[in-house]
Formats: sequence, C-alpha cells, structure tokens
Amino acid sequence: MNQSALKEKVIAGLARMLPENALLHVDEDLRPYECDGLSAYRQLPLCVALPDTVEQVQAIVRFCAQLGVPIVPRGAGTGLSGGALPNAEGVLLSLAKLNKIIGIDPDNRCARVQPGVRNLAISEAAAPHGLYYAPDPSSQIACSIGGNIAENSGGVHCLKYGLTVHNILGLQIITADGELLNIGGTAFDSPGYDLLAMLTGSEGLLGIVVEATVRLLPRPQRAQVVLAAFDDVSRAGDAVAAVIGAGIIPGGLEMMDRLAIRAAEDFVHAGYPLDAAAILLCELDGTNEEVSEYILKVRDIMVRCGATEVRTAKDEKERALFWKGRKSAFPAVGRLAPDYYCMDGTIPRQRLAEVLATIDELSQQYQLPVANVFHAGDGNLHPLILYDANRPGELEKAEELGGAILELCVRVGGTITGEHGVGMEKINQMCVQFGSAELTQFHALKAAFDPQGILNPGKAVPTLHRCAEYGAMHVHRNQLPFPELERF
Amino acid sequence: MADNDLTQDLQDQVKAAYESGTALAIVGGGTKQTWLGEYAGQAIHTAGHRGIVSYAPTELVITARAGAPLAEIHAALAEHDQTLAFEPPSYGSATTLGGVIACNHSGPRRPFAGAARDFVLGVRMINGTGEVLRFGGEVMKNVAGYDISRAMAGSFGTLGIMLDVSLKVLPRPPAQVTVAREQRAADAVQLMNRWAGESYPISAAAYDGERVLIRLEGAESAVRAAQKQLGGENVSDATVLWQSLGNQSHGFFSGSGALWRISVPPATLPLALPGKWLYDWCGGLRWYRGDARADEIRAAATTAGGHAICYRGCAGASRFQPLHPLMLQLHKRIKAAFDPKNIFNRGLMYQEL
Ligand SMILES: Cc1cc2nc3c(=O)[nH]c(=O)nc-3n(C[C@H](O)[C@H](O)[C@H](O)COP(=O)(O)OP(=O)(O)OC[C@H]3O[C@@H](n4cnc5c(N)ncnc54)[C@H](O)[C@@H]3O)c2cc1C
Repeated sequence: MNQSALKEKVIAGLARMLPENALLHVDEDLRPYECDGLSAYRQLPLCVALPDTVEQVQAIVRFCAQLGVPIVPRGAGTGLSGGALPNAEGVLLSLAKLNKIIGIDPDNRCARVQPGVRNLAISEAAAPHGLYYAPDPSSQIACSIGGNIAENSGGVHCLKYGLTVHNILGLQIITADGELLNIGGTAFDSPGYDLLAMLTGSEGLLGIVVEATVRLLPRPQRAQVVLAAFDDVSRAGDAVAAVIGAGIIPGGLEMMDRLAIRAAEDFVHAGYPLDAAAILLCELDGTNEEVSEYILKVRDIMVRCGATEVRTAKDEKERALFWKGRKSAFPAVGRLAPDYYCMDGTIPRQRLAEVLATIDELSQQYQLPVANVFHAGDGNLHPLILYDANRPGELEKAEELGGAILELCVRVGGTITGEHGVGMEKINQMCVQFGSAELTQFHALKAAFDPQGILNPGKAVPTLHRCAEYGAMHVHRNQLPFPELERF
Repeated sequence: MADNDLTQDLQDQVKAAYESGTALAIVGGGTKQTWLGEYAGQAIHTAGHRGIVSYAPTELVITARAGAPLAEIHAALAEHDQTLAFEPPSYGSATTLGGVIACNHSGPRRPFAGAARDFVLGVRMINGTGEVLRFGGEVMKNVAGYDISRAMAGSFGTLGIMLDVSLKVLPRPPAQVTVAREQRAADAVQLMNRWAGESYPISAAAYDGERVLIRLEGAESAVRAAQKQLGGENVSDATVLWQSLGNQSHGFFSGSGALWRISVPPATLPLALPGKWLYDWCGGLRWYRGDARADEIRAAATTAGGHAICYRGCAGASRFQPLHPLMLQLHKRIKAAFDPKNIFNRGLMYQEL
C-alpha cells in the first residue's frame, strides 16, 4: 500500500471508533504534534488520535495491530529526548483527554488516575488529606503521569523520595495486541515478575498506560532550605559528600554553576550570590525536631567545607524564592542565547570536579557556552548547551558536544540519561553504554511485549546495525583531519 | 571463605547447560530451601562467588557478588553507620545477597522505605544462553534501557543468575524506639494507617493479635517527640522482635499447620477467615494460620485486591497465586526472552515457567 492509500485507510478506520474532533489528519492540525520538548526533531504523523475512553484506546491499538501500523503514545509532549516524536507512517496516540482523577484513597495512601492527569494535579487533589505525590519534575505543572511513568521521571526530591518507579503501585495497560492488562494494584506486591519495573521507563515501547495507581506520602511537617556559596566547584562537591557522610539525606540537594547562577538571578532575583563559582541548595524536611537538628549540622558542614556564605531561608517566602531560581534555571539559561540544548547524564558524585572541568574544556573546544545545573544529591547532571540554531551548523555542533558530554558520563562510570530518557536523541549513545549482548536482550524483552514492534518503533534501543555504523564512524572520526565535516 | 570471582566458572556451567538443555537449580546459601522446596535441575552454586566488589559510603552505593553472605554486607555497612534500608530478613548465617534479591525479600521497613527491588541500582548477570550482561549501574538515576536489574528482584532466579548486585544504601537512623498499644484487629488496622498518613517518623507498624507495635526511627529529638505524641508502652527487646517478624522466627510462626502470607492493601479490614493472624507492613502483609481452604484464602485475598502465597502446609495448592491467563502468557514470553531453553529454576515460580 502506498502512503496516501494507507493514510486513507487508517483515517477511515479510526474515524469509526472515535468521536468527532478526536481525529486530526490535516497538516495544519498535525503541526502542534510534530515534536515534543526537543524541538530540534520534527516529524508529522499520519494522523493524531485523541481518545477519551480506555475502550477507544483499546480499539485504536487493535486496529493498528491488525494493519501493522506504528503507534507513538504521547502525554503532554514535554519530553526532552524525542520520545513522543511522531512516526511518519504511524498514528500519534494522545492520552491527554484521559485526564480524570478516578479516586484518592487516603486510608491506603494512594491515588488512581488516568494517564493524562498532570503531575501537579495529583498533589493538589491529595492536599486536603495532608498527602502528596512525591516525584516532582520541574515540568510538573504540565507533564502527565503517563509520560512520567514512560520516562521514569525524577525531580529535585528523588534522593530521599525516589523516582517514579518507587512511587507507582499499579498500572493498567493496553498491550501491543490490544489487550487490557492489570499490573500490581494497591497492595505492596503482586504475584509474578516485576512488570512495574519493566514498564516504568520503557518510553512507550512495551505498553500504553491507561491508568495508574500512585503512592501518596504524608506532607512533611516542615521544610527548610540552606543556601551555601563556594568559590570552587570541587569544594561544593566535597560539601555534598560530607552532608551525606554525616548521615543526613536531604529532601533536595541541588547545585548550580556560575553561568546558571547568573542566568537564574537575572531572571527571578532570588538573591543568589553572583560572585560564587557554585551554589548548593540543601533542603531538609521532616518533623519539626529533625529539621531543627539537621539544619544546624548542615550549616556547620558547609562552613567546614569552605563555603564563602551560608544562608538559611528565613521564612516560607524566601524558601520558595531560593527554589524558584533553581526550578526556572532552564528558561533562565534559555534567555542567554537563542537556543539551548539540555543534557541529562548521571555520574558518580566523587567525579564531579573532574567532569565539570572536562565539560569546560569541551565547551571551549566547541566554542559553545555550557551552564550546569546538577541534582547533586543523586549525581544527575544537566549541562545546558547554548547555541543559535540560525547559524548554519551550530545545532549539529551542539549535538556533537552533547554527545561528547554523555560519553564522558559513561567513561567515569555513569549513564547517558538519568531521567529524560533515550528517545530518539540519545539512541547513538546507547551504543556506547551497552554492548551488543545487552542490546540484544533489550530487543528480546521488547519482542516479548510487542512481537510486531508497533509501539514507538525506532526509539530507546538502537539496532545492532545502527550501532555498527555509529561505531565505525566514531573510530573513523578520530582520524579525520576535518572532524566538523563528519555528520551522522 | 575468601572472596572469589567465579564468573567464568558459572558462565561455563550455564553455557554447557544451554547446549545440552539441562535444567539448572540455582542455589545460594540454601537457607530458603525449606520454604521453596525442591526444584528441578542440576544444582549450580553461587555461594562461592563472593566478596564486596566496591563500597563508597558517601556515594551511598555498595556492589557485592551474589554469593556474599548478607552478614558480611551488614558488617561492612555498619562500620560507616549505614544500612540496607529494606531490612532484608536473614534466615541464618548462610543467607546470601543474591538469594535476598532474587526473592525480593524485604523486612518490616518495607512500607516506609521500600522493598529490596527499590534499592537495586544495577546487576551483572548470566542469561539463559550463557551470556554475561550488565544492566543499570552504580548511580542513583539511570533510565538508559529497560530496568532489567530491578526486575531481577522477585524473579526467583528464573530469568538468570545474578553475579554482582549494586544497591543503594542509607544512613542508619541514629535513634529508635518501639511502642506498643493494645487494640482490636479492626482498630489496629485503622490506627496504623492513620498514623502512617501523618508525619511521624514511623519505620515499622505491626499487629501481633493483641498489640499494635510501632517503631519510630530518626533523629533523637524527632523520635522522642513522636514517642510522647503516640503514647503507649515501651517495648524493650524491639530489635529481636522486628527481626523475628521479618524472618518468621517469632513465636507466632512456630509449630506445624498451614502458613499463608497474604498481601493486601494495608487498610483492608480483617479478612473473614478463621484462625490466627499477624499483621506487618501497616496491615499490608498478613500472616495467616488456620484451616481455611486454599481457594477460600485466595478468593478472600483477591477480593480485597491482593494475593496469597502458601508458605507451608499447602495441601496440594500452588505456592504462588496463579496468574491470569493473559498474564501467564506474557510471563512465558518474558521468560523465553531471557532463558529460551528454560534451564533456570524450572517450575520454581510456576509450572509453566
Ligand atoms: C522545562 C522542562 C523541565 C523538565 N524537568 C524535568 C525534571 O525535572 N525531571 C524529569 O524527569 N523530566 C523533566 N522534564 C522532561 C519531561 O517533562 C518528562 O520526561 C515528562 O515525564 C514527560 O511527560 P509528558 O506527559 O510530557 O510525556 P511526553 O513527552 O508526551 O512523552 C514522553 C514519553 O512517554 C511516552 N508516553 C506518554 N504517555 C504515555 C502513556 N500513557 N503510555 C505509554 N507511553 C506514554 C511517549 O511515547 C514518550 O516516549 C522537563 C521538561 C521540560 C520541558
């Protein structure tokens, strides 16, 4: 079947199972869906389906499975790795209209929600019971819980409260052949394999999440934040290790480097010290007594580790302001250049100083500035590369620098992605992190869930063929006199 | 016994078994065999593959070989005032790390800190074709590829032989106290879950049939303050008590007769099955000793939104709760993806796997 005949057939079929206005197929209507948060990658899908019931999702998947048409699930489209990038021959399946909070169960401390519910909306709905949903990506006002599950999203509170995978109790999914499957529930465990672990972070490749039961936690009685400034990043790194070595697990522990501090300060006027090489934000939460006890200890540790300045937020307003600077670091840095490219590696924390120094060298080599924000507690680094897409070749240069940074993370014993996922973006770097035996195992697992390979094909796990090409190019490139000419 | 890396030897054994299609029964310390019973296959022993590979206290990560005795890990962590926060139950000095993770065994802290699977950061393993694979790593956050290392927890060795496991570790809470309060079962369930929903530093909540037992852990000042607020009687030999709930050495478990482990949403009201009960995990984990039939027990658990595992006296009933047919089909495909000739721990979890 050629492209237009296929498109006609798919649209005619889907139109029968969807309400009016729930199927888009004219180019101008498809445009808003051509990319996710990683706008450098764009593609129009065959069509966009916007079901509002689980039955409709199931019917769509069954129909696509019969025709062998690819399906790309999409939540809120805030993903940063091109996970929801449409497939030209496929249906983009938006879960955004499945946006009901089905119920809050305060006794069992959990919430049942549809996948399109926004992350923050769960905590808002749970608030009257003194409960909240812990994982808090900076995108939490917009991103969906379905997307969070698919990416195993984190946030600034993961070291203490875990990632999405630690906060999901149950899932309802539609499998690749259109069956409805219940996984887990409200109890602490369930029989059989840990499918919750396999599904969480699977980037829409193993199943479509149509309902989730998430764990809720009691709101801590109190939270207080300490801001510490350092004139040297390695001292800030030492301070992080010292806090943890003292037996304290902060609710949040974030670091920003000089460029990020300046950008954030210009943007929100949080009162950050502009002459610092790095600042740490260390938030302690828990009972009143515990916070009081630990806040003094943390202040003391910061001073001992050579902080040039230590401030405790004097009230809730100042605490919010300290955090606002950090939480808006991406858009703030975004104002420094026409475009920025956000990376997401994780490293063993003890290698921080060395990694930042190497990033600095790379930044000079590529002549693109890099600002660093860092989930310092858990080693998740977000270098933000500044560039101008209108300058010919600069996007490619930024991507190449990004790739080099990720490979650096692997080299020091870390990973190419801590929370944003592989998607389309880091597919080549997967070849650096994993050997062919591991990749083959990933493909086998995928085939167990999706034998036809119709769910989000081409993402997250590269083919061995692709890796062979990338590997060859890599070796090749090191020998080339004009590395900038070589593009993949 | 000394530290030892048996990767090559274990890999050779698996490769040979793969070639010949021989079933292998993976044995760690062998301490869980009374419970798991006999399972098919030629024994392959991991206990000789032992030792701590690396431990970086301020990175909160330890990597050890699967045959490392749990006691050795505890000792290394204790030197730095750290701990495995999921409180793995020990069934004797031979209990190995690999066995604990393979069974996803977690102690009383489970509802508050997480299960064994929540602390897995990475594994090195041998799959059913004899390949050595590495998934995850030694960092806290890692979403590259499917989370296979975490899924090894609770797979009872049916997907592969774990070689090394990297785990997140946490500081040991500086202070702890356990308080007890007499209560009827239904009120106990309510009380445990009400308190768990408030911001007390609770790290365990159980009900022994007469008393609600609450363990408070954290900063000294926080524990003292909460103790005052919750009231109740001080329990003196609490460490032993919580261990005995975790590894079933508590008096409740002694003697013969059927023993069931029922997992339900924690706030579930007492199930209407005649017999004796012990609740852990805020009521989420219920041990049952009584004469109800297996199908009645499973029906009660399922209706409540949970499942039941038979520990002893199963009278022909399967150990694990049977899976829904669709789920079983998927499990078979997953098993085949890792172990195409079905050589590992054949039939240990389910007949078909
Ligand atoms: C400003 C900004 C800040 C951010 N900060 C953070 C942060 O702090 N931490 C963090 O982890 N991430 C962060 N992100 C990334 C992003 O918000 C997360 O990855 C988020 O979880 C994506 O959710 P979404 O609903 O937008 O998913 P989408 O982008 O729509 O989709 C993401 C992936 O999930 C799949 N998917 C979506 N819904 C489903 C479903 N129901 N079933 C199966 N698969 C599905 C898609 O196919 C795709 O692969 C940030 C993004 C932005 C733009």
